Amino acid sequence: MEGKEGHFTFAPEGETGTCYVYEGPVRLWHWINAGSIVVLAATGLLIAHPFPSVMGEASHHFLMGDVRFVHFVAAWLFGGGFLVRLLWSLVGNEYSRELFHLPLGDGAWWSSLAYEIRWNLFLEKRARKYYGHNPLAQLAMFIFFVLGSVFLILTGGALYAEGLGEGSWADHLFGWLTPLVGQPQDLRTLHHLGMWFILVFVVGHIYMAIREDIVGRQTSVSTMVGGFRIFRK
Amino acid sequence: MSETVYEVMRSQGITRRSFLKFCSVMAAGLSLGPAYVYDIARALETRPRVPVLWLHGLECTCCSESFIRSSHPLAKDVVLSMISLDYDDTLMAAAGFQAEACIEDIMKKYPNEYILAVEGNPPLNEDGMYCIVGGKPFLEQLKHVASKAKAVIAWGSCASWGCVQAAKPNPTQATPIHKVLPDHQVIKIPGCPPIAEVMTGVITYITAFGRLPELDREGRPKMFYSQRIHDKCYRRPNFDAGQYVEHWDDEGARKGYCLYKVGCKGPVTYNACSTTGWNNGVSFPIKSGHGCIGCSEKDFWDKGPFYKHLSNLTGFGVEADADELGLIALGAAGAGVAAHAALTEIRKPGKEDKEASSGESGHK
Repeated sequence: MEGKEGHFTFAPEGETGTCYVYEGPVRLWHWINAGSIVVLAATGLLIAHPFPSVMGEASHHFLMGDVRFVHFVAAWLFGGGFLVRLLWSLVGNEYSRELFHLPLGDGAWWSSLAYEIRWNLFLEKRARKYYGHNPLAQLAMFIFFVLGSVFLILTGGALYAEGLGEGSWADHLFGWLTPLVGQPQDLRTLHHLGMWFILVFVVGHIYMAIREDIVGRQTSVSTMVGGFRIFRK
Repeated sequence: MSETVYEVMRSQGITRRSFLKFCSVMAAGLSLGPAYVYDIARALETRPRVPVLWLHGLECTCCSESFIRSSHPLAKDVVLSMISLDYDDTLMAAAGFQAEACIEDIMKKYPNEYILAVEGNPPLNEDGMYCIVGGKPFLEQLKHVASKAKAVIAWGSCASWGCVQAAKPNPTQATPIHKVLPDHQVIKIPGCPPIAEVMTGVITYITAFGRLPELDREGRPKMFYSQRIHDKCYRRPNFDAGQYVEHWDDEGARKGYCLYKVGCKGPVTYNACSTTGWNNGVSFPIKSGHGCIGCSEKDFWDKGPFYKHLSNLTGFGVEADADELGLIALGAAGAGVAAHAALTEIRKPGKEDKEASSGESGHK
């Protein structure tokens, strides 16, 4: 189970042992990140489609303010977590790099990708085993999650800059995006679309992880809890 | 050019007291400290009047209408005497060849000293034939006058962004002026129309300090466009509290709650309406019970509807906003997953492996 550093391989057919794949920080990040996505989507929808109006004096309530506060806290966890996860990929094990790096020049990776697509189209009889991510999962994670997250962090940061105002750190960091996409209303539209992009991924990701656990020949969900991949015959 | 602003004002019967009052109003309006009152006064006493050539392209003249209604009557007088408005085909007495001659006259006498103010924009389609001024396409007049201008001001959303005539599908190919004047720093004063005090404030600043005000990324003066309507809206407490107008005739509307749910674009619109108000500060759209339509933002005509806060997306064959579309995509993903799960159950891929290994893998 030693690292196949440098080039991609899948696990041998007869592999039945265990392999330590996800290190502590990666697992912790995964679940914090999952939680933050749930909170961000829920509060985001509440910002877009607020609760029915509360009556009485405005000074007695802070409902939208609280919803936005929770959204921002979760956004810090999401965005900050993403950054920490990116940094961890520099010091973590080889599997921690797979999220950010697609071995596009590796023929074995491409043929395994084709195999996984056929497997999911019921054209292959046996599931392949992988120590890290299977290429299809890796590709989906990169396109939907990594690119989607960067997109949401940038558009979200630019929207946050609207509130902090001209000259704020957020304005310096993200404000350049607004004229690039048009105007603040476009930013808003794109941020919404970004959320749905991630949510579509969440549906597919959860389904595939559970499915692989059931019909594949290796653990998947429990690996993200305990860190070890256990292979079946 | 030998006359100073102050001299012109005094000759029009404006007292020194009124003049200093105006300087105070302008210092406040430009977000400058009280110390600047005397800087402005001194500048207006010593600086010559600035010649301004005000051109009109494809537009509706609402910018001019707004400008001549500058709330402070004094401000209007002062500003009109502060600048030497040498060409404005809507306001000037001269017409025809006589009017057009003024342009050449000023360009010859004051090269690189006059300000070019542009209301409206040039249409580029059909060689600019959709807007003819003095027998020639407006585009030619614009480029010609800009060639020797000290500064170029884009009045209103037409000149700044394109506005209604540039809305999709933009048949005349109306184009904001900064795109046809790539060599110039264009100061954008967007709005449909822009606020009168903002227009006079910018003119005052340029006259008093002899330079352009600080501009943001988009080329708008920071002093007027660095905050959103939402940031200074007096209904903001209702927004934060979660109190919204749900329908135009409900209790919330009567109580003056936030108009976010009925499409107010205040949170995505940079302008000074909620601070300065309109018509001598009497009101502004939100104060009158109607949401902001975002008229000072780029392509606001194409970001509708005005009564929904999410824009409709075009190009999908249906009218849908981001959330309606997203929900459909999520539904499709869910249906796809369900179908795939059902197929998995029927086909049972990898079944033989599972049966063979069921005894030894009890971890799941």
